[in-house]
Amino acid sequence: MLPHRFQYHRPHNLDQVFELIDRYGDDAALYAGGTELLLALKARVLRYEHLVDLKRVPGLKGVRESDGQVVIGALSSHFSLATDPIVKRLVPAYAALSDNIANIRVRVSGTIGGNLCFAEPHADPPAMLAALGASLTLRGRNGERSVAMADFIEGEFTTVREPAEVLTEVRIPVPAVSARFAYCSFGHLERPAVGIAAGYCPERGMPRYRIWAGAIAGQPIRLQSVENALAGVPIENLGDVLADAASSAAQQLPAHDNLQGSADYKRHLAAVLTRRAVEQAAGLPPRKEAA
Amino acid sequence: MDAIERMRLSFTLNGRAVEVDVEPSDLLIDVLRDRLGLKGTKRSCDVEVCGACTVLVNGLPVSSCTTLAADADGQTVLTIEGVAQGGHLDRVQRAFVEHAGMQCGFCTPGMVLATTALLNVNPKPDEAEIRHFLRGNICRCTGYIKILEAVKSLV
Repeated sequence: MLPHRFQYHRPHNLDQVFELIDRYGDDAALYAGGTELLLALKARVLRYEHLVDLKRVPGLKGVRESDGQVVIGALSSHFSLATDPIVKRLVPAYAALSDNIANIRVRVSGTIGGNLCFAEPHADPPAMLAALGASLTLRGRNGERSVAMADFIEGEFTTVREPAEVLTEVRIPVPAVSARFAYCSFGHLERPAVGIAAGYCPERGMPRYRIWAGAIAGQPIRLQSVENALAGVPIENLGDVLADAASSAAQQLPAHDNLQGSADYKRHLAAVLTRRAVEQAAGLPPRKEAA
Repeated sequence: MDAIERMRLSFTLNGRAVEVDVEPSDLLIDVLRDRLGLKGTKRSCDVEVCGACTVLVNGLPVSSCTTLAADADGQTVLTIEGVAQGGHLDRVQRAFVEHAGMQCGFCTPGMVLATTALLNVNPKPDEAEIRHFLRGNICRCTGYIKILEAVKSLV
């Protein structure tokens, strides 16, 4: 399939990006890695007259550590994050997640910022970034604002980003030394049907968790009832509460039937994956089992 | 809308500098196959899943079916036609021949290029790393064991 014809723009700084957005408005799309946008253009479910390529705008790629945060340029590819020494050292669970997105070609072309802004629900990063407490920097012509990952995606293919804003950075607070994160997902296609991110984040020696469900709904959903049920429970006693808490939370999730599976199947997956992600985050060994 | 402006791209293709005029919406695979005559790059799934259209850009694999030709501008592109040197198969190709790592051969250009990229970034991959890197290259003849043996022989 071939896309409709479009004009292509290669701005070299953000001011030029903002000028192009002003000039072309809704006829223009910001273009990053293209792994989602080009598919949609080829399938002709989207049509734009103008593509504004962000890949050659300096300063939007790369990772740095600053003020207790890992600051990731939005145009960084999944592959670059999977192999980045800072990400591997400070947020190893995010490096591992990046290394398992789709396939190597998608990881090489696809970017973290494009993934978040396209907001295709069957994506891995959002739930984990929400669990990590990440925030996103949106730059407009007149300044920038910070939005929590938890508030960024409003639903399928919908975010709070204004058309005249560019996502420039993803900021992840460096987790405490005692914290540990894990991500468990399953899908029979390359995209996750369900993905669960869990963080074990003890406070004053007491076990606390952050647990988010991704892909099952239009935006990541915090599994607060599971977090509450597990708070303070010694790790060796997790088995007494985890399975029931995970199952009852999964039953409440707003799943629907689609290509990735039926709603019931995805709720089942959510319960199993929640248990596994929590156990992994808590440092328990994986057990042999049938899903 | 404004008239579509054609673009003049300059990039390194299989070790040679090339220039080609394209439309912004032209896909890399079509420019390679139809404009530059390099038919070794195969179109199959057309949605970045199968790996038959794999080419390397700056040493890393991309799906040329879902990459704009414009993105190759100024970059270094390797297709299967650029792997053999001076009429001699390179080591990856020889390993695929020696281990019979192909049946119909349609996935082979992508497999060889993905393997080349793997060895670029990780010269000594273990079996799990090989399987992980090549996971996105599909052989519909299902001849994976021989392909795996070929790649393992290079480590």
